[in-house]
Amino acid sequence: MTSGLWQLVLHGVWVTVQLLVLSALLGGVVAFAAGIGRTHRRWIVRFVAGLYTEVFRGTSALVMIFWVFFVLPLAFGWQLVPLWAGTLALGLTYGAYGAEIVRGALIAVDPAQKEGGIALGFTPAQRLRKIVLPQAVPEMIPPFSNLLIELLKGTALVSVMGMGDLAFSGNLVRLALQESAEIYTYVLLIYFVIAFLLTRGMRALERKLKAGVGRAPVKEKAVAAAEPAGAPVAGGVR
Amino acid sequence: MNWDWSAVSDFMPHFWDGLVVTLEALALGSLISFALGLVWALLMRTPTRWVRWPVGVVTEFVRDTPLLVQLFFLFYVLPERGVTMSALTTGVVAIGLHYSTYTMQVYRAGIEAVPVGQWEAATALSLPVRRTWTAVILPQAVRRVVPALGNYVIAMLKDTPMLMVITVLEMLGQARLFSQQTFRFTEPLTVIGVAFVVVSYLASLLLRTLERRLVR
Repeated sequence: MTSGLWQLVLHGVWVTVQLLVLSALLGGVVAFAAGIGRTHRRWIVRFVAGLYTEVFRGTSALVMIFWVFFVLPLAFGWQLVPLWAGTLALGLTYGAYGAEIVRGALIAVDPAQKEGGIALGFTPAQRLRKIVLPQAVPEMIPPFSNLLIELLKGTALVSVMGMGDLAFSGNLVRLALQESAEIYTYVLLIYFVIAFLLTRGMRALERKLKAGVGRAPVKEKAVAAAEPAGAPVAGGVR
Repeated sequence: MNWDWSAVSDFMPHFWDGLVVTLEALALGSLISFALGLVWALLMRTPTRWVRWPVGVVTEFVRDTPLLVQLFFLFYVLPERGVTMSALTTGVVAIGLHYSTYTMQVYRAGIEAVPVGQWEAATALSLPVRRTWTAVILPQAVRRVVPALGNYVIAMLKDTPMLMVITVLEMLGQARLFSQQTFRFTEPLTVIGVAFVVVSYLASLLLRTLERRLVR
């Protein structure tokens, strides 16, 4: 392989990473919105969030990409830049999977924690932000880590639409060299390395978040009410 | 938004052809992944790490790299090595191999969930290793993991459109061919999008029934 071809591959890596970061951000926002929506008090919010998750989980990511690239411009007159079209399709599809993770983690929080919040007169938003989420988020990290790997693998799909990501540059190199074993081995290895780095990063994040659970905020004085997990010892401080 | 029902009815014959290919790929891919996944799971339990370690690395590698690139790899590299398979066969093998690395973990969890007492009972009855697995452990383990395996069947269904890139005419391939011939994109793509939602919903209903029957 010549250096020119390597440059092509590196550019592909850059596009893949960009797409991964953008769609992970969109997917994360959508996942939290839909996941929290599914535990909302009003049935209409639960229904809309549930409909979104079922539809986007039900259909295939590749079909969704085709739809965003071909149907959206015709039907609504929105012609998106390929990067944004890919981000939209991937973010919405994987966001729907993420919504299930968020919902699962939210209902897994001990009901007594929520009741404690009610007893202390917290508003629903405060309960969510100060009591439920800090305990639920660390539990979401391992499944989110798996989902992130799925998303990384999903980004290869945009190459079908001619976007110059890593898989696409692999195809170009194959056409240039008329030889496929070498370049595809490299491409697979690069994907593997990215996935490995992602899992490591997520594991570090999980450790960091778990260490913060049950501690009082730094700037305030430690009061018993700020310790969600500290119920048995709450009366013991003299 | 212009929706043309006549384009839908023109597309329907192609759609049924595509659906058959999709379901065919799904059925064969599932069978390969169920069988191969069990093989991986059993290999991971062999006492020597000279087997466990390579199997672990290979399956981890396959699991963490895109199915799309694996499809390209098999489709272009195997003929260079003198192995020629039809596009559908290549696709089925790729899907089966890819998902076997997932089902392997499902089986592992199922095997680990069998109570220790069952192992001890098998030892106490001095059952040979082979009988222990086939008569005691696996029947209990597999029964437990059917719902989880079913989830991967649905995931596989949603990955079959990727076979389009290696010229297999499954649902998405048919839709793309149809749109290229008639310049109508909205109808075929929406039809197959809805078809995926319907098929995976039906599959999940079926799965729930199966789950009630098997897991008690």
